[in-house]
Amino acid sequence: MSVQVWTYLFVFLSFSLYIGIAIWSRAGSTKEFYVAGGGVTPLANGMATAADWMSAASFISMAGLISFLGRDGTFYLMGWTGGYVLLALLLAPYLRKFGKFTVPDFIGDRYYSQTARLIAVFCAISVSFVYVCGQMQGAGIVFSRFLEVDFTTGVLIGMTIVFFYAVLGGMKGITYTQVAQYCVLIFAFMVPAIFISIMMTGQPVPQIGFGSELTEAYGGGYLLDRLDGLSEQLGFATYTEGQRSTQDVFFITAALMFGTAGLPHVIIRFFTVPSVRDARKSAGYALVFIAILYTTAPAVAAFARTNLINTVSNAEYESMPEWFSKWEDTGLITFDDKNNDGIIQYVGDPQTNELNVNRDIMVLANPEIAELPPWVIALVVAGALAAALSTAAGLLLVISTSVAHDMLKRTFMPAITEKQELACARLSILIAVLIAGYYGINAPAYVAQVVAFAFGLAAASFFPAIVLGIFQKRMNKEGAIAGMVVGFTFTAAYIIYFKIINPAADSADNWFFGISPEGIGALGTVANLVVALFVAKFTPAAPEEVQEIVENIRLPGEAIPR
Amino acid sequence: MSDSSAHSYWKANIRLVLSLLSVWFFISFGCGILFVDALDTIRFGGFKLGFWIAQQGSIFAFVALILIYIRAMDKLDDKYNLDSSSESAKPAQEESQ
Repeated sequence: MSVQVWTYLFVFLSFSLYIGIAIWSRAGSTKEFYVAGGGVTPLANGMATAADWMSAASFISMAGLISFLGRDGTFYLMGWTGGYVLLALLLAPYLRKFGKFTVPDFIGDRYYSQTARLIAVFCAISVSFVYVCGQMQGAGIVFSRFLEVDFTTGVLIGMTIVFFYAVLGGMKGITYTQVAQYCVLIFAFMVPAIFISIMMTGQPVPQIGFGSELTEAYGGGYLLDRLDGLSEQLGFATYTEGQRSTQDVFFITAALMFGTAGLPHVIIRFFTVPSVRDARKSAGYALVFIAILYTTAPAVAAFARTNLINTVSNAEYESMPEWFSKWEDTGLITFDDKNNDGIIQYVGDPQTNELNVNRDIMVLANPEIAELPPWVIALVVAGALAAALSTAAGLLLVISTSVAHDMLKRTFMPAITEKQELACARLSILIAVLIAGYYGINAPAYVAQVVAFAFGLAAASFFPAIVLGIFQKRMNKEGAIAGMVVGFTFTAAYIIYFKIINPAADSADNWFFGISPEGIGALGTVANLVVALFVAKFTPAAPEEVQEIVENIRLPGEAIPR
Repeated sequence: MSDSSAHSYWKANIRLVLSLLSVWFFISFGCGILFVDALDTIRFGGFKLGFWIAQQGSIFAFVALILIYIRAMDKLDDKYNLDSSSESAKPAQEESQ
């Protein structure tokens, strides 16, 4: 069977599975729709959180980015996993004890203020929108390359599937489809990684193959030494050495960590388990499931980079395999024979380099470059779609609950019945899907980059407000509101200035303390904290009853201290 | 639960969180970023130590930190009789009804 037949088969099977689960887990009440009834086991929630979290960016782009960044790619690896330590230790158990439906719910009640609630709604919706457009775009790329449909059709298919199960099942449907999607995506990521690891190093565990010696066919010697050697020889940066400044890597890592702990679609997953103890446990499961992919990704990056250089460097253009021309058709690989010798010069010097490879295609092209069997390639496609759709669904739910629950029920229309609230929640998913699809299709060039900035914004707005709300009993609404506004505005302004208004100035010379826009969220977080503490010092402490709520969320179980 | 035992429970919790977070900071920002070049002079197998910590070791450490936290907090909850797990909380409620 050809790659395409296998691909259709796997995509069809996995999509039928998701739809089947959606029909089986229809939501009947707002509690089911918002938090899956609060009865999800820690293991299932751990898997769902992992799928929710690992997006098209983790599955498709990350290993590719690392294979071009070398050691600097570390900030993705540490940033997107280290945040779970913060989430597990500082947020998840307390937010579960608080026991509401959304992040704005917590902010609004804890800071006894509708203004704070609405600011949180605004932050949650803008962060989630930025992020969901990237997922739709990811799904579109995969469809157009492997199912050979039009990019627009690809995005439309993705939209329809997500819409179907998110509207039917809400959080309940999303949770159980995410469990299935986790299984699909981790299997799809690991199988080619194991294949390639065995092929190149004879070692079935990619994490160990990463530090092993290459087989004779690949020239022997340690993989990383060989990669460093090849890189130097061709004029690329040495793979295992850093190129960016230490403070920039430091700040980007911090921004991604704080952002991870502040992303509303991840936080709400912890509202779905029965108890505080289960919330802690499921944070542990989630990181274990995430770590399987995240410790494999740097190995895949090194394998893919070595393989790519071996295949294309100084090879004849005419003798390139089929995948090369297919990716050329999508414009993601370009070859410009500058010296007209018909041979590919792939080198670090931009003057003489003739080949450009888009970083996003490394994971998708990797099995083809390594000449793995067609079914493995098809599996990767199904996995990439699972990653994009599961994250998109989680984000759409945040948008929908923010509108239906926080804006309508809790603020502007408190009189609506549960049935009406549920209808509003479903309607807002529809609208959100349409907007996300529109931006997925008519993507502004900077969308892919903007996804990384969603982290900076989440870090600078939510993370400090929630942590202070739990650990600073007297923190008041004045402090929290001032902190969120300053943190969000500062971060957004810095990013918009360097990425949209004046991209020409986007270089280390003009950056504040040498911090790139990707890392500015960390400084925004600090600004938020400092402003909040400062303002709170000169304004009245939170009222007695709010301080009692804080006392209460600090203790697990039903016991209320008296 | 009395105010004073709630207070000492919270203090023990803070102590645990702070010590785990210092390890978290030391491994990720310390070994993975600030001292990475110094650690790279040490090699094991095909890895430079700093590079390995930055790309793999730190993630294993994060998993270990959360697992230690889960165990320690479960113990602490038991010590203060703050069992919140659904399995044991439910039968207790039924008995009291």
